[in-house]
Amino acid sequence: MSDAILVDCCNVNTRFGAHHVLKDVSLTIRPGETVGLVGESGSGKTTLGRAILGIGPVSAGEILYEGTNIAGVAPRDRRGNAAAIQAVFQDPYSSLNPSMTVEDILIEPIVARGLASASEASAKVNTLLDQVALPADAAQRYPREFSGGQRQRVAIARALALSPRLIVCDEPVSALDLSTQARVLDLFIDIQQATGVAYLFVSHDLTVVRHISHRVAVMRNGEIVEFDECDQVTANPSHDYTKRLLLAAPVADPARQAERRAAFRALAGEH
Amino acid sequence: MTDHETSLSNVRPVQRDNLALAVLSNPLGLVASVLLAVVFLTAIFAPLIAPHSPTTLQIFKINAAPGDGYLLGGDGSGRDVLSRLIYGSRSTLAGAAIAVVVAGLLGIAAGLVAGYYGGRRDIVLSWVSDGLMALPALIVLLAFYQTLGSSIYLSMVVFGIMLSPSFFRLTRNLVNGVKNELYIDAARVSGLSDLRIIIRHVLLVIRAPIVIQTSIVAGIAIVIQAGLEFLGLGDPGTPTWGGMLQNAFSNMYVAPLAILWPGFAISITVASFVLLANAIRDRLQQGDRVKPGQIPPPEVAAVPVRAEALPEDVLLDVRDLKVAYPAKAGWKDVVSGVSLTLRRGEVLGLVGESGSGKTQTAFAILGLLSEGGRIIAGSILFDGKDIAGLPEAEKHKLRGKRIAYVPQEPMSNLDPAFRIGYQLVEPMVTVLGISKAEARRRALDLLARVGLPDPERTFRSYPHQISGGMAQRVLIAGAISCNPDLLIADEPTTALDVTVQAEVLDLLRDLQSEFEMSVILVTHNFGVVADMCDRVAVMKDGAIVETRDVTDLFASPEHSYTRMLLGSVLDDSKTRTYVQPSVAEVPA
Repeated sequence: MSDAILVDCCNVNTRFGAHHVLKDVSLTIRPGETVGLVGESGSGKTTLGRAILGIGPVSAGEILYEGTNIAGVAPRDRRGNAAAIQAVFQDPYSSLNPSMTVEDILIEPIVARGLASASEASAKVNTLLDQVALPADAAQRYPREFSGGQRQRVAIARALALSPRLIVCDEPVSALDLSTQARVLDLFIDIQQATGVAYLFVSHDLTVVRHISHRVAVMRNGEIVEFDECDQVTANPSHDYTKRLLLAAPVADPARQAERRAAFRALAGEH
Repeated sequence: MTDHETSLSNVRPVQRDNLALAVLSNPLGLVASVLLAVVFLTAIFAPLIAPHSPTTLQIFKINAAPGDGYLLGGDGSGRDVLSRLIYGSRSTLAGAAIAVVVAGLLGIAAGLVAGYYGGRRDIVLSWVSDGLMALPALIVLLAFYQTLGSSIYLSMVVFGIMLSPSFFRLTRNLVNGVKNELYIDAARVSGLSDLRIIIRHVLLVIRAPIVIQTSIVAGIAIVIQAGLEFLGLGDPGTPTWGGMLQNAFSNMYVAPLAILWPGFAISITVASFVLLANAIRDRLQQGDRVKPGQIPPPEVAAVPVRAEALPEDVLLDVRDLKVAYPAKAGWKDVVSGVSLTLRRGEVLGLVGESGSGKTQTAFAILGLLSEGGRIIAGSILFDGKDIAGLPEAEKHKLRGKRIAYVPQEPMSNLDPAFRIGYQLVEPMVTVLGISKAEARRRALDLLARVGLPDPERTFRSYPHQISGGMAQRVLIAGAISCNPDLLIADEPTTALDVTVQAEVLDLLRDLQSEFEMSVILVTHNFGVVADMCDRVAVMKDGAIVETRDVTDLFASPEHSYTRMLLGSVLDDSKTRTYVQPSVAEVPA
């Protein structure tokens, strides 16, 4: 097995005033890999994602992308493949500009990077829509005409426009209905297999993370408490906090859930 | 199973109607637009329309009555009033345009910068704006007139600067409203420059209120300009409406009619600008919503009030419940024929995806439908009494006392202006009729009962001082404070972290058995259903597709929709194996 590493976060620290939001966070992402980043609200998982994207501050530490430090470098100042790091956000309603058509939304990154003129970029729109299984006539419509799942597909198509090698996904399915969520997750997996893109998949939901990740990092209070193979973390966690997190999520099986509830109470009782 | 996700057959056709057309379809908007068009055309074609030169004097027509060649009479110097009125529209519109353009350019640009960047730029620009607003506009204009001379246009430039804070404040507030939208982050990630983001993603989105403001400012500019001219400022050689007003005023006892014409011209033009602004605003605010009363009331099926005897252990019995909201094409059902039964001490799960009608069903039972919503058919028997058609006052008595509610968003259901204690004590005093001291004692007991570590401190806290999980415990304490028979919980743990969710579910379960409450738990999460419920009703498109005991539902779901939903629950036994992509796949 090769040691190729796409992103290497070394002791990343972020402070907002007196708040120490990220404390010496270290994490690696290999090419074509999904790293799940799990934590509760306020754990710092979104802050780490934003730091990698270049839209959030880094107070100390390095984020190496293919060996180049990109910590604190704004997206428009990034060069080469680092310029193509993309994002899919949680809320499909606020992540698309309501006054732009889908086509305008999709060609904007291409035109902004000077990769093609607007008319050349338009030719790519059909391919992008096809990649996320939306019909070509979606191009001339406005975001408000789509359902939540369809909007998230548009957001994924926008992320794919620059042929990125890394997409930071911040809770991309948590606003979606159950059946939609499963289909959008499968789309993420299909796209990864077809293009070899890597994901940093930020979520509060361990079952979602288990479904899509190769490796999983668990964050709490700005620190990574556990980072290992997916099966290890989501089935046999070593850290107490991960165990709590795992047992807290109710499963859709009354008998098993009763057992888990008892185990969760027992674990809570120990502390 | 058809894939709704990837076909556009279910896409809502949105009217992409033109704003201009929509405004013209409004009678006020149409009248205002026509009048403004007349004024503009008059200004442009003044030399062709005007019967006389505005400066020609006819000595025998001084203060002449209308008629005899001068359609609206002559002014104090024997000039044709109509011709001067027509030419006057030119300077009026030009002056207003100058003021609006100056005010708009300065105010909008500064507002965009202050709103988007915030920080020091915002502080400095806000100071400048506040300073300008503190200056009395008319006095400043008079002072400038002294130094700069008699050009009314120069005065309007100065007035434009004085008006710019109105654009600044509006723009800045609008930008603050949209700058944290995720599409702005997405644009930054895409590598757009700040200027491009500000123009494409900020200005384009907030343009409508600015257009409205422009129309109003144009009206103000015309009034002020006329006022200045009336005071005698401005070039006496140019015919202006304000100047005509002054001329007519000084001859008021000789030719009282003359003051009407410039007065009409000013009023009609200003009123048109303001009405146009209102028409645009109405159109934008209206959206696709339908006001109650805009469509005829629904046909309420004449259901006789049910009073049949139900088995003793049935607390709630809902039959054929229909709930509808007004829509463009008439009343639209969101709940269409729901029947369910809840026994005493039972926990019923109401589960479905968004838009399935599960929350509307719960709200109909609570009597808390959103504005416009109506129960159009069916009955809700609560403890043997039909509560579907009860007047609001009667429903109000039931809510909080016998039927309690726990909402999804704990924070938005607490009033930030009042301490937690007050918000718990007040309802108890009103509903139970107990003394303040007694209510306070009970509130503290309840806060301890719902597992808050320091009840005294929580009692004294404001909502912003506690976490979301604590806020939900406070609301649960409030809900059980009056010993309800029925608790309706609408996604009570959806907004909470997963470990907090487990604790809150534990609490709800304990309280349910302790108080022997019946519970309706509205949720989309089958894990929560498995954790809490005795029976489950699965909803789709406003109807219940199946109601089962919880064990049976998970063991052998009958309806294909239930099977599809359960099949979507992620429960992977195997995880993915990492394979490094071959180098050839990676684009150069």
